[in-house]
Amino acid sequence: MLKKIVAALLAFVAFAASAQEAPDVLARRLMTEVIEIVKNDKAIQAGDQQRILDLVETKVLEHFDFARMTALAMGREWRSASADQRKALTNEFRTLLVRSYSNALSQYKNQTIDFKPLRMKPTDTDVIVRTEIRQPGAKPVSIDYEMIKSGDAWKVYDVMVAGVSLVTNYRETFAQEIRNGGIDGLIRSLSERNKQLAASKS
Amino acid sequence: MRGLRLLLALVCLGLSACASVPGERPDVDPWEGINRKVFAFNETLDKHALRPVAQGYEKVVPLPARTGVSNFFGNIEDLWTGVNNLLQGKPVDGGVDFGRFALNSTVGILGFFDVASEMELDKHEEDFGQTLGRWGVGSGPYLMLPFLGPSTVRDGFGKGADFLASPTQQIPGWQTRTGLTALGLINTRAQLLGADAALEQAALDKYAYLRDFYLQRRLSQIYDGRPPREDDFFDE
Repeated sequence: MLKKIVAALLAFVAFAASAQEAPDVLARRLMTEVIEIVKNDKAIQAGDQQRILDLVETKVLEHFDFARMTALAMGREWRSASADQRKALTNEFRTLLVRSYSNALSQYKNQTIDFKPLRMKPTDTDVIVRTEIRQPGAKPVSIDYEMIKSGDAWKVYDVMVAGVSLVTNYRETFAQEIRNGGIDGLIRSLSERNKQLAASKS
Repeated sequence: MRGLRLLLALVCLGLSACASVPGERPDVDPWEGINRKVFAFNETLDKHALRPVAQGYEKVVPLPARTGVSNFFGNIEDLWTGVNNLLQGKPVDGGVDFGRFALNSTVGILGFFDVASEMELDKHEEDFGQTLGRWGVGSGPYLMLPFLGPSTVRDGFGKGADFLASPTQQIPGWQTRTGLTALGLINTRAQLLGADAALEQAALDKYAYLRDFYLQRRLSQIYDGRPPREDDFFDE
């Protein structure tokens, strides 16, 4: 009896391990799900900000590593930030990115997404999942997701649109803010910006 | 070769990892003062003229018609794109571009329908600035052009060549030329209406955001989407 239970447990563990999603599978599943929702939601298509944010919050954000994104945007300055500062920076940067880029979902019309094959060794912990958005009359736009394995899960830490990193694009601005007002100055600027955006929309 | 080195230096200095370099960005944007003034001028112009017109255009002209207009101009562009691909030593890509033009101009009825894309003959985006970059010409300082927007010294020359070579400019009769150019401009601006909402929100400093975006984008274009990218260091 005990043997059977152990065997069942082992089988379950093995199953769970193999079921752990590869990064490209995860990205594909996620995008297919989200697009399906957008297609069937008139409010989102009309640009209803709250609905878009809700969708992104519940479906997408858990798969992003915002601390790492913030570190990447900060570059070397990340090292000199205290734990509290890092937390505040991550929070503000997360709010800014989510607010600014979630609305792109309402722009979705009938584009198709092509997933490029991912070549990856089982030992890899840092990969780029490459996709292409196609629409007639325009060159396909590449959207690449840089993903890292943290613990058991793969998380996105950079998004490159048409070859431009939406994260490192902030590096110069951040460096400038830090030169002008230190890390706390940057936190203040980010939080003021977020407050402005929240006030202008709501 | 020197140009290539300069480009690499650009990557290293400004665009990513080595952001430890203090000071503003004299390496890529030594004319920041005047550039910002030109940018402010462009912004005003856009706010009061181009954007409202583009918004009106988007409202009045239905999406299928706008797609047709985009296809029409895209089709004309494919010719010059093809020439640039040849100049960059990419005959296969150039062949695709000319094939697209032939197909779309005929089956696609003067280019209003992009049948080539549906047959997986993908559109490319090449211009003379990229060709110069491929040849090793460094970008030179960042340059905000009045009316035309973000550029560099090299890309400014490139834009001049693009303009002179554009098939639209070969059409006799200045009224037709101007009309087509204006329609192309409004149509392009209308396509950007979604993106500029995101830019408006995302940027702490719109000028710097746009500049860094433009420079990263051009670098990526010159290397056809695979620019040399050094590993980003950081520790948690």
